[in-house]
Amino acid sequence: MTATTNSSSSAVAPVEEITLTIDGLDVSVPKGTLVIRAAETVGIQIPRFCDHPLLKPAGACRQCLVDIATPDREGNLRPMPKPQASCTIEATPGMVVNTQHTSAVAEKAQRGQIEFLLVNHPLDCPVCDKGGECPLQNQAMSNGSATSRFVDIKRTFPKPIKISTQILLDRDRCILCQRCTRFSAEIAGDPFIDLQGRGGGAPGGHGHGLPAQQIGRFDEAILEYTPSGDQGPVESERTGDVVGPYGQAGVLSSVAGSIGGALEDTSGRPFASYFSGNTIQICPVGALTSAAYRFRSRPFDLVSTASIAEHDACGSAIRIDHRRGVVLRRLAGDDPAVNEEWITDKDRFAFAWQTSSDVLTAPLVRDEETGELVPTSWSEAIGLAADGLRRAGDGAGAAALPGGRLTLEDAYAWSKFTRTVLGTNDIDFRARVHSAEEADFLANRVAGSGLDVTFGDLERAPRVLLVGLEPEEEAGTVFLRLRKGMLAGRVQVTTIAPLATRGSTKLRAELVRTAPGEEPSVLDALAGVTGTPEHLADLRAALAEPGTVVLAGERLAGVPGALSALDRLVSAAGARFAWVPRRAGDRGAVEVGLLPGLLPGGRPTAEAEARVDVASVWGVSELPAAPGRDLTGILDAATAGEIDALVVGGIDLEDLPSPAQAEVALAAAGFVVQLEVRRSAVTQHADIVLPIAPTTHKSGTFLNWEGRPRPFGQVFTTSALTDARVLGMLADAVGVDLGTRTLEDIHRELAEFDGWEGPRTAAPAVEATPVPALDAGQVRLATWRLMLDSGRGQDGEPHLAGTAYRPVALLSPATAATLGLAEGDRVRVTGPDGDIVLPVLPTPMGDDVVWLPQHSPGSSVHRTLGATAGAAVRLTAVDAEVAR
Amino acid sequence: MTTLAPILSDIWDAPRSWTLATYTEHQGYDAWRKAIHTEPAELVNAVKDSGLRGRGGAGFPTGLKWSFLPAPDGGPRYLVVNADESEPGTCKDIPLMLANPHSLIEGVAITSFAIGSNHAFIYLRGEVVHVYRRLLAAVREAREAGLLGQNILGTGYDLEVTVHAGAGAYICGEETALLDSLEGRRGQPRLKPPFPAVAGLYARPTVVNNVESIASVPTIIRNGVDWFTSMGTEKSKGHGLFSLSGHVAKPGQYEAPLGITFRELLDMAGGVRDGHSLKFWTPGGSSTPILTAEHLDVVLDYESVGAAGSMLATRALQVFDETTSVVRCVSRWTDFYQHESCGKCTPCREGTFWLKQILHRLEAGKGTESDVDLLLDVAGNIEGRSFCALGDAAATPIKSAIKYFREEFEQGVHTPAWELFPYEANAAFSGATA
Ligand SMILES: Cc1cc2nc3c(=O)[nH]c(=O)nc-3n(C[C@H](O)[C@H](O)[C@H](O)COP(=O)(O)O)c2cc1C
Ligand code: SF4
Ligand code: SF4
Ligand code: FES
Repeated sequence: MTATTNSSSSAVAPVEEITLTIDGLDVSVPKGTLVIRAAETVGIQIPRFCDHPLLKPAGACRQCLVDIATPDREGNLRPMPKPQASCTIEATPGMVVNTQHTSAVAEKAQRGQIEFLLVNHPLDCPVCDKGGECPLQNQAMSNGSATSRFVDIKRTFPKPIKISTQILLDRDRCILCQRCTRFSAEIAGDPFIDLQGRGGGAPGGHGHGLPAQQIGRFDEAILEYTPSGDQGPVESERTGDVVGPYGQAGVLSSVAGSIGGALEDTSGRPFASYFSGNTIQICPVGALTSAAYRFRSRPFDLVSTASIAEHDACGSAIRIDHRRGVVLRRLAGDDPAVNEEWITDKDRFAFAWQTSSDVLTAPLVRDEETGELVPTSWSEAIGLAADGLRRAGDGAGAAALPGGRLTLEDAYAWSKFTRTVLGTNDIDFRARVHSAEEADFLANRVAGSGLDVTFGDLERAPRVLLVGLEPEEEAGTVFLRLRKGMLAGRVQVTTIAPLATRGSTKLRAELVRTAPGEEPSVLDALAGVTGTPEHLADLRAALAEPGTVVLAGERLAGVPGALSALDRLVSAAGARFAWVPRRAGDRGAVEVGLLPGLLPGGRPTAEAEARVDVASVWGVSELPAAPGRDLTGILDAATAGEIDALVVGGIDLEDLPSPAQAEVALAAAGFVVQLEVRRSAVTQHADIVLPIAPTTHKSGTFLNWEGRPRPFGQVFTTSALTDARVLGMLADAVGVDLGTRTLEDIHRELAEFDGWEGPRTAAPAVEATPVPALDAGQVRLATWRLMLDSGRGQDGEPHLAGTAYRPVALLSPATAATLGLAEGDRVRVTGPDGDIVLPVLPTPMGDDVVWLPQHSPGSSVHRTLGATAGAAVRLTAVDAEVAR
Repeated sequence: MTTLAPILSDIWDAPRSWTLATYTEHQGYDAWRKAIHTEPAELVNAVKDSGLRGRGGAGFPTGLKWSFLPAPDGGPRYLVVNADESEPGTCKDIPLMLANPHSLIEGVAITSFAIGSNHAFIYLRGEVVHVYRRLLAAVREAREAGLLGQNILGTGYDLEVTVHAGAGAYICGEETALLDSLEGRRGQPRLKPPFPAVAGLYARPTVVNNVESIASVPTIIRNGVDWFTSMGTEKSKGHGLFSLSGHVAKPGQYEAPLGITFRELLDMAGGVRDGHSLKFWTPGGSSTPILTAEHLDVVLDYESVGAAGSMLATRALQVFDETTSVVRCVSRWTDFYQHESCGKCTPCREGTFWLKQILHRLEAGKGTESDVDLLLDVAGNIEGRSFCALGDAAATPIKSAIKYFREEFEQGVHTPAWELFPYEANAAFSGATA
């Protein structure tokens, strides 16, 4: 399956080329190019610190000074009287630039700036995380002096400041280039740090009459707003998890001690950002470090492997730095087409799950006598699994629940295995709220659609409509691109959601406030299927303008009729459409047919022609024709004894619409084979557990939401196996050759599924169910996953967890007032199965809605409430006595 | 022999000179009544033709600056008056606004009308609370008299004047830092282009002018271009306030045509204090290279002071007699620049941090042999390398002082400045200390 682009909007008007001279070389660059960039094109590197190609020029560090002369009207060269910052000046025709290589003045000017930067820089290099990959260190070597003329007293600060639980700042190392603050303000939109103080301050560490200019979070003590502004070192945080040398609680991480407590912002989150880790990466010195990596390694001891992040469907390029078989950190890769140079903190910091203590290393089988899982050999485990599946095949049959985190290749193996070995269409990758309507929608709109809407389009589309999608929470890179386009004045974002989240506020999105369940009526109104109310008329017209892009998230599956209505809207508006799911393997799963009604390449299972086509590629006589069941259907059938065996992949029961129902089904199923990286809640029901390689231990391809293949290589050599290999072994054991031994084998087959001309699944046309009336005291539940929450992929990373939103219940001020609740008071939200109690944050939203984080500490909505989005739930104020 | 030309300072000695009543008795707001019935373009041309140059330091032609505004597009345009006066030695705008705030308000009205602005701001240095009150009162009086506000003088023209008190940072006198500060941001200079004329306050076309520049406009309109150009020299027209301070017998404001010499001004001020002689002086505040007794006859216009190696700038003539340690003086100035450096760019932030420590060493007689050359080199690495002119200004006194008084710096290697120049003898007022 190769990606084809049918994107047309990427046509950009040609830019005029201009020619200038740099160090005697003629250079042609597009008009508007900065001199520093123009020099790069001919291999001339002008030293720089504040300059960053993706940030607006600042001209702050003055390191990039060069001599410039420009022709006047008559064409006579007029040298500028003083050297100029090449990062702020655009190249103009006939300009003559002399860098440090050809101008003594420029060379001296640069040498002077490096010397200034080192005046107050500590000699920390031997213990600094950045030492060895530090632009300041490098440029001090290449453009600086070997000895220092500074014999006076340096400015010092207590170190470090804890900007968040994850980000630490050593202010003495900071050269005030403002890359971090510009990133936070310009790119992420989270000005969680800013410049404060003024000027150079005073020598020494105390009595800065005026606090020196520094980077910081708003902290009253540091800003000396409070008289108790004692900047002395503070006791390190201690934890009972590790034991100190004398048996006392050990120091939590190697953080030497920090000052000031994290202030929480009003949205209930510590003053932090989902993108804060990027500041560490672009900091040209070691001023910003992460609590997780600080003092862990030297850059020159690390081996770097390019990879792709596994936490969302964006397919962001990352770099994995490892040493002797251990991943020490992850950095953003540079991929202009996808994530540019930015990644989310989840993609950067959440990798400990791959080495957590519950990672499975050997196959397990359930001991017949004790009922315990015991390690065994691969051959025994595979043999027993094959026996079990064979028995099920002779009985009521088996079904597959592969999950949404698979690589394209592994997903393909699941698809083929299920059809050719299990002989069924009972397969569903969706381990979340889902519907038959969604399956049809995906089969119709998404499967086999190739690469259509791209990240680049999100920056240029005049209007982007978000439905059931919070990009900042669910697809961080999508959020950053939309924000970039919005800030450039090109993109207007509109969101159909119950409330304006912090993310949509940062996108300056127009909110069409819609209670859960009301999406179909709003979408139909916008499509003109029903009458368009006055307040939506302008939007309806705007959506019909050429270039509109509609992005939908996975949540819509939970609203009957929503995807049918969305389909009508996209058609009516003539808009381009993309589905932005949450998991790295979701799009690939659709492409290879991990749905009951779908075979690879968008071929409907129900079409005989499609089955024949696929059967011939697979070299089998026929494929099962009976319609398959979806996840809920499979679990119900297992509970009812209509399915004997389940083959379960990487799914987390907490994500399922009803974890309780799933547990009953797993317990009822006669035979459960689990293919997993780590032990999970499924493991306790499994008869055979087959360990799967974590992403670092395998190679493969994620298909991101765009449909863009994101291949990644293996980081570590290993004997761990991929799903494809394990399924291949299982198939062998029942006498079927799955033909998925190598990635090449798989890709060769996948290529054969390109271009299906036959009939496709029809678009869904499900009637919206009328939103049921609420009883007195009831409200409707809105809920979705946050980027940082209780997801298992974030396990083992407490510093990251500390930057998550504080779980709160969002209510309208009126609803909160009716219940007598003020901000911070606790509310009890009661569903069919139980209650969730959280502090309240009054927020502008409908009075008949409550929002809860779907799966955050203290708020596991599906399991605890036994309800999903749109359900009626009851609110009560928690008794003040109990609350305090 | 040039004589004084009290124009801005004309009524400063009148009783209650700051009131609207006193101002109107002396033809106050006549120019505004005339201007509001004149074509704006004509007003811009008159100021252009007058040759009035910015009185805030750089001396940029005022009318030309106004004409840089893009054609009106229906959106707002602003006049911002720079009343942040914080340069060491410069002390003209504050007395002007204290003694006759209406001359500024009238200038604001005419200028706003000329450039098509309906909202003007006066950004005042925060510490001068008494001036703040005078300005607020003057705006109120003018509004009550129908000279500001809605439908001014029945013409349909509206003008709001907002007086804003800054928080007292020298850098907020730099026009783009001023705009950021006025917008409620951190006062740091902006990257140019875009220039304020194109994208200034709230990213709209904006004229930023000094108090004295704007206060000079009414009399140009009232008395005509020829009257104005009859004063001054060829390229430096008109009159200006010369602020004499330091070791002079009669310090104060002396308003005279541009082109007067320092010798003439010093004579008017009763010369250097009794029994002492001139050692060095600044023509336009601490940011202008110092001059010495050999420059007494330099004609005080932009060109001649430039030719003498300094700058006319704000005409802040600080006079230092032979009891002054130039090292100590430069050291205090450097303390000022170090304290006021906004911190945005490396050379100014770090360079002044370093310069200050070297100068303190030299002042204490604890310098090293290489310190004087180091000072020059560090100053050279700041000057012309910094983001804004504050950095250049910090280097200026050091370079010029070493040029004229190098040996005094060299003595700092062994002898403290207070031994060479006992500080008590230097005090301009008895009881004054370091
Ligand atoms: C550090 C610095 C401080 C300044 N302070 C002032 C000031 O206090 N008042 C002022 O009028 N101009 C000041 N200026 C000059 C202004 O940037 C600007 O040139 C001036 O206000 C323009 O007005 P004019 O053309 O009427 O002179 C300062 C410039 C710098 C670099
Ligand atoms: S912390 Fe790093 S990125 Fe931020 S201003 Fe300092 S040196 Fe620059
Ligand atoms: S020269 Fe640089 S540090 Fe100094 S005031 Fe200007 S911008 Fe700020
Ligand atoms: S890189 Fe140009 S000024 Fe910093």
